[in-house]
Amino acid sequence: MKQSPKMKWITLVFIFGAIMMLGACKKKAAPPPPPPPPAPPSPTASISANPNSIDKGMSTTLTWQTTNATDVSIDGIGAVQPNGTQQVTPTDSTTYHLVAKGAGGTQEATARVTVNAPPPPPTTTSLTDEELFARSVKDVYFDYDSDAIRPDQQASVQGDASFLGQHSGIPVTVEGHCDERGSTEYNLALGDRRANSVKNALTAAGVSASRIKTISYGKEKPFCTESNETCWQQNRRGHFTITK
Amino acid sequence: MSYSHLKSSTYRTTIPFPISTFAGEMVSNLFHSPVHRFRCTLLLGLTFFIALPCFAQDWIRTGTGLGVEKVRLAASDFKATTQDPKNADLLKAFNDTLWNDLDNAGIFDMVSKSFYPLQVPGNPSEVRFEAWNGPPPNASMLAFGDLGVTANNVLVHGWLYDVKNTASPQVLGKQYTDSATTEGARLIAHRFANEIIFRLGGGVAGICESKIYFVSDRSGHKEIWEMDYDGSNQHQLTHLGTISLSPRISPDGSRLAFSSLNKSGWDIMMYSTELSRTVSFPRFGGTNLSPTWSPDGTRVAFSSSRAGEPNIFIADASGGNSRRLTTDRGPDVGPTFNRKTGSQIAFVSGRTGLPQIYTMEADGTNVQRVTDQGYAVSPSWSPNGQFLSFSWFRKYGAGAPGANDIYLMDIASKQWVQLTHDGGRNDFPSWSPDGRHIVFQSSRSGTEQIWSMLADGTKVQQLTFSGRNSQPNWSWK
Repeated sequence: MKQSPKMKWITLVFIFGAIMMLGACKKKAAPPPPPPPPAPPSPTASISANPNSIDKGMSTTLTWQTTNATDVSIDGIGAVQPNGTQQVTPTDSTTYHLVAKGAGGTQEATARVTVNAPPPPPTTTSLTDEELFARSVKDVYFDYDSDAIRPDQQASVQGDASFLGQHSGIPVTVEGHCDERGSTEYNLALGDRRANSVKNALTAAGVSASRIKTISYGKEKPFCTESNETCWQQNRRGHFTITK
Repeated sequence: MSYSHLKSSTYRTTIPFPISTFAGEMVSNLFHSPVHRFRCTLLLGLTFFIALPCFAQDWIRTGTGLGVEKVRLAASDFKATTQDPKNADLLKAFNDTLWNDLDNAGIFDMVSKSFYPLQVPGNPSEVRFEAWNGPPPNASMLAFGDLGVTANNVLVHGWLYDVKNTASPQVLGKQYTDSATTEGARLIAHRFANEIIFRLGGGVAGICESKIYFVSDRSGHKEIWEMDYDGSNQHQLTHLGTISLSPRISPDGSRLAFSSLNKSGWDIMMYSTELSRTVSFPRFGGTNLSPTWSPDGTRVAFSSSRAGEPNIFIADASGGNSRRLTTDRGPDVGPTFNRKTGSQIAFVSGRTGLPQIYTMEADGTNVQRVTDQGYAVSPSWSPNGQFLSFSWFRKYGAGAPGANDIYLMDIASKQWVQLTHDGGRNDFPSWSPDGRHIVFQSSRSGTEQIWSMLADGTKVQQLTFSGRNSQPNWSWK
């Protein structure tokens, strides 16, 4: 195909431009750095704490050495001699930060003092159980006017049964809850059926029936009080608690 | 109109299915609103093509005093007989209560006080018959009398005159005394009103001294409360601090059965109105709900899941000899005895899905389904044994019109009428002792409150205003 004259011109201008730009870039390259001037001697610094781990209320000794420094300070203490020791009584774990400045620059050093808090009061096993229970045991949700375990709730039931199998010491109460629609008395009866439905599912999955208590709250203790399906679904459930 | 005529007009509670009565009612309703006019025209047209059930679908009168002309009754303010300073307060309490009682009765056409002559009588010698039996009052009957406080007592004389029978006008002449308190004055007014209602209402006792038991959360917990039938004198009975529901007073008024939550679940509990405290009743285990009394007061029926499923149980009034009446999956709740015979029980069951009303014999046999659709709960059997009233969401489902309303069903024919039309969720109807009134809970005002109405759905009035109030139960007498 024959090129048009216009295309030839464009190609030529483009090549020329490219050559010019490459030339320009070369000219701007940085010159090599001058050789560094002879430096004054750099300061050195070190700091340590002995002991570096104390109980709350105890003291520890800080020891530091510096060289070639004219100005030495420790954060929280202030200006200090170039070499020295000092007793400190930190209330919390503290990092002592030493800064040594001299003609040759600045040098830093740190020493960490760990303050051990008094041991926490012993945790009761039931608290742990409750935390585990709350984290592991999932409520079982129901369709309207139904006490049948839905297919999408089987996983919760199996998970709950497996948790209760592993924690055989925990007695459990299943609360049957209903949404706000319908009558007070009928909902209490329906809630009873829901709680028993969950109990039966757990029993079928191997949990001993004697460990499971049921109670119905009908629509008396809703989790959510708005009048919409999202909220109603929240309220149609079998809710687990540890039997007190 | 003579008194002898009134006496012969016996009171009946009947659904006016005969076409003549129905049409008559509708014609009188024609003037109320364009909506009614449309409904009436439509229904009157349908009358010729469709059988009776279509009547049941509209707002018609069901009840009381139908076929009987309402007595046109004037009740003038009573007059003071002494100079005691307490007179004014007691007269106001007395006059207000008497008027309200007569107006509530549902069998009188009350003559407005603005039509009364300036000089009202305080005793028989002051009655000017022509001022009462002609226009504007056109009264048939006149209640009047006087009241006076002496020392700590109030003395009331009350008369009822047939003012069209000038030769022998006196129907009633009564004298009452009680403590000189507003409560005493109110009590006397209730008693005098009861006499008038009894004499002019076909021999059916008035309900002015009856009580209504209900659930209120105004103390912070749902507890059982009591009030007079007109909403006055509201006071808390139980102080259990948990959740107490479903109060049902015994026929003799001595014990109140209810259901209460405790640590282990819901139990039937008994409150003695004589001892003002709870008395022992066995704990059955499981969820025990909605107790009800047989009309002879010897048995209670209730819902219990002690055998696994919530079923209807029956026991002696002491809780002994309990046995299971229904054996299906349920849930079965809300039993109510046939108040006339005691031989049948109506109850709610979800055995086929949404709850429906069923009836059975009191031994559990012959179970019959009564409602055919929707969500039907809270049956209450009328004192004459003829009707069930209940709460029904008839066209239940997504997007369906209607709401929870109170309905009335004739048991024998299964024909029904809708009694409430005014919005909100309406539930837990309970009959007055005379069968002329129904008390129920409604959310039409925005919160759950207790309302009462005549058994034909008219004369609706709110009885509670504070807190949330539910599950009313009217005393048996």
